[in-house]
Amino acid sequence: MDGIPGILQFRAGFGRQTVAYPEGPARFPERFRGLPVLDPSAGDGGRAGAAVCPTDAVRDPGAPGMTIDLGRCTFCGLCEEASPGAIRFTRDYRISGRTREELRVDGRAPLLAAKLDEKARSLFGRSLRLRQVSAAGCNGCEAELNASGNIQFDMSRFGVAFVASPRHADGLVVTGPVSANMREALLRTWEATPAPRLVIAVGACACSGGIFRDSPVQSNGMPGVPEIPVDLWVAGCPPHPITFIDGVLRLLGRVEGDRLQLAGTGIVEAG
Amino acid sequence: MTTRVLQAWNGEAVDRGDVPVLPVEEFQQIVADAVTSGARVSSLAGRADGDRTRVTAVLADDALGRLSLLSTRVGSSWPSLAAECPSVQAFEREIFEQFGVRPEGHPWLKPLRFEPPHVPGIDPWGRIARPSTIPGDYPFFRVEGEEVHEVAVGPVHAGVIEPGHFRFQCHGEHVFTLEIVLGYQHRGVEPLLLGGPDRRTVTLVESVAGDTSVGNAIAHANAVEALADYQIPARASVLRGVALELERLANHVGDLGMLAGDVGFLPTASYCGALRADFLNSLAEICGNRFGRGLVVPGGIRFDLDAAAAGRLADKVQKAWEQVEGASRLFFESPSVRNRLDGTGVVSRETCTELGLVGPAARACGVSRDVRRDHATGVFRFLHIPTVTGETGDVFARAWVRRLEAERSAEFVMRQLRSLPGGPVRAPCPPPRPDRLVVSLVEGWRGELCHVVETDETGRFARYKLVDPSFHNWMGLAMALRSEQISDFPLCNKSFNLSYCGHDL
Repeated sequence: MDGIPGILQFRAGFGRQTVAYPEGPARFPERFRGLPVLDPSAGDGGRAGAAVCPTDAVRDPGAPGMTIDLGRCTFCGLCEEASPGAIRFTRDYRISGRTREELRVDGRAPLLAAKLDEKARSLFGRSLRLRQVSAAGCNGCEAELNASGNIQFDMSRFGVAFVASPRHADGLVVTGPVSANMREALLRTWEATPAPRLVIAVGACACSGGIFRDSPVQSNGMPGVPEIPVDLWVAGCPPHPITFIDGVLRLLGRVEGDRLQLAGTGIVEAG
Repeated sequence: MTTRVLQAWNGEAVDRGDVPVLPVEEFQQIVADAVTSGARVSSLAGRADGDRTRVTAVLADDALGRLSLLSTRVGSSWPSLAAECPSVQAFEREIFEQFGVRPEGHPWLKPLRFEPPHVPGIDPWGRIARPSTIPGDYPFFRVEGEEVHEVAVGPVHAGVIEPGHFRFQCHGEHVFTLEIVLGYQHRGVEPLLLGGPDRRTVTLVESVAGDTSVGNAIAHANAVEALADYQIPARASVLRGVALELERLANHVGDLGMLAGDVGFLPTASYCGALRADFLNSLAEICGNRFGRGLVVPGGIRFDLDAAAAGRLADKVQKAWEQVEGASRLFFESPSVRNRLDGTGVVSRETCTELGLVGPAARACGVSRDVRRDHATGVFRFLHIPTVTGETGDVFARAWVRRLEAERSAEFVMRQLRSLPGGPVRAPCPPPRPDRLVVSLVEGWRGELCHVVETDETGRFARYKLVDPSFHNWMGLAMALRSEQISDFPLCNKSFNLSYCGHDL
């Protein structure tokens, strides 16, 4: 069938694609790595894991106060492989926080971003327009942010969308370690965004410099750009679209509580 | 080609002392003769060598599947070859920027990525004393004349996309020239890799270009394994091939969707956006990450699939591919779409050859080059994927080549997942041996990924050169825009879909 009838026929066969989240579960593969759970008394206490970590995210292995800094973590899973029992990644996709410090987790409680105050929620809660600034992001985070708007994740059903101009935006989403060559462009984009404005740092690079940390030609992410205050930090390398959307919806107070909306895919099974 | 070069194969380590050091004139003559007779410059890169710079060339002879290595030592300048061989123009600028070797007579000597020099005491662009950001401090090419105007786009430009600056010289809608300024994404990858391999290396390589994590990880692993004289198990080799083709599928299908979006054909834009995810999710089934991060390591791969799971994954890919076929048929059979794609952004075969374009952008011009066939390593030595070429060099050809390539990749993935060889997927890879050099090429979804790795006397990385396919292809986009309408820029740009950070490193 050609033309419009062909398009409609294909559309009918394609079915509904949008994920059930947040009312229902989102499907994650068995091997997806989200929030880690730590047990410093098990196995080697995480010492081997700390030694193989590419970004020094595992702190105080073996001590009761052992943590993983999700702002640095690239979720490669090498620590879990090296220290079985002591470090285990769960599929909990909720890995964003309101402060940079919150991202340093001990795995004993879920990491749930707190909502904005009432005035901010009344301003942004039903319609949030964001300008994305890639400040040396590798196109991993950018690709997942693009995917957040596709028909599967369909972020715009919550009134959240990316816009072309900072002048039309309620806030910025920053990715990348903030290269020296992008620093001024980032600052100018922020200045061009009318207040009140939100800033969301997405991915290990924006949270800490990630794998590029301490390279002399970047800023170690948004902590190295004190001129711009950050309202939400989203961990991941890159963060899954659901992680980003969940963080934004919690910020806006549109998702609350500790209900994990998780389902499997049935392709690769546990074991 | 004379015998004054060292011949090697893709992924074959050689003693680095065996790479001949030639006088500059002879070195350049060999490079120019090779390019004239159909070879390509895969890499041309410097490294510090006492108070001079050692420049090593990797020339790829695609017909013979052979690589030629040669080097020379230069001081603060050398004659430019760029006027004769345009494909070296960016390499010469890079060597100037990193090591201060001025290419005398370069037709357009200007900053490449505004990176700090790799050696102390040089200041090629006079920026050290007053570091400034790129756009305000750049001598753009300008067309003068009545009603000629200039359009500046970027670095922060529409869409969720990496930064770059595009400067158009126009008369109304008509574009005379497009000048592309990159470097905003520079993160200092090559210096960070020096002294490796270490615990950061694999993650760094995967982050060179996030959409090419698998391709770069395989190129890196192949290089390290060659430096260590180590061969991975067959099952790992096949699964690496599966991951590489899933990466190609995801990106090609995503690009078809984005092209559909750019011409306002929303059905295919929506479907392909969702279908792309099926291939990304297939990678996540294998290794937990949608971009295949954490999968490929020197020694093999970190995750295996049992037969039942591999079969279910093959079924998932098959179902997704059948839907891509339908979604792309709607697109390519729509006359209004074809009207926008046909004849837009043409790159001639001659221009393609002169610039040394690679990947789908080259194949769309009818230039048949594909590392999987021409310089096969791993699984591609015994399982072949047919190479697809177009002929018109326009947006249509770049889209159609992707469509056909995606089909071949889907067939490959399904077949391999249903007949995986047995055995382990990983064994410990010994450390690289000292004083060796290897060239590792992989056909990433954008084209040739080239890693040239040298070890020092202790087996650590003394030089790690990365050449992303975008390094060759950005000039192709600039040429495609000449005499086009400026409103077709987004469409042309997407038809190449080049990497900013892969270029900027």
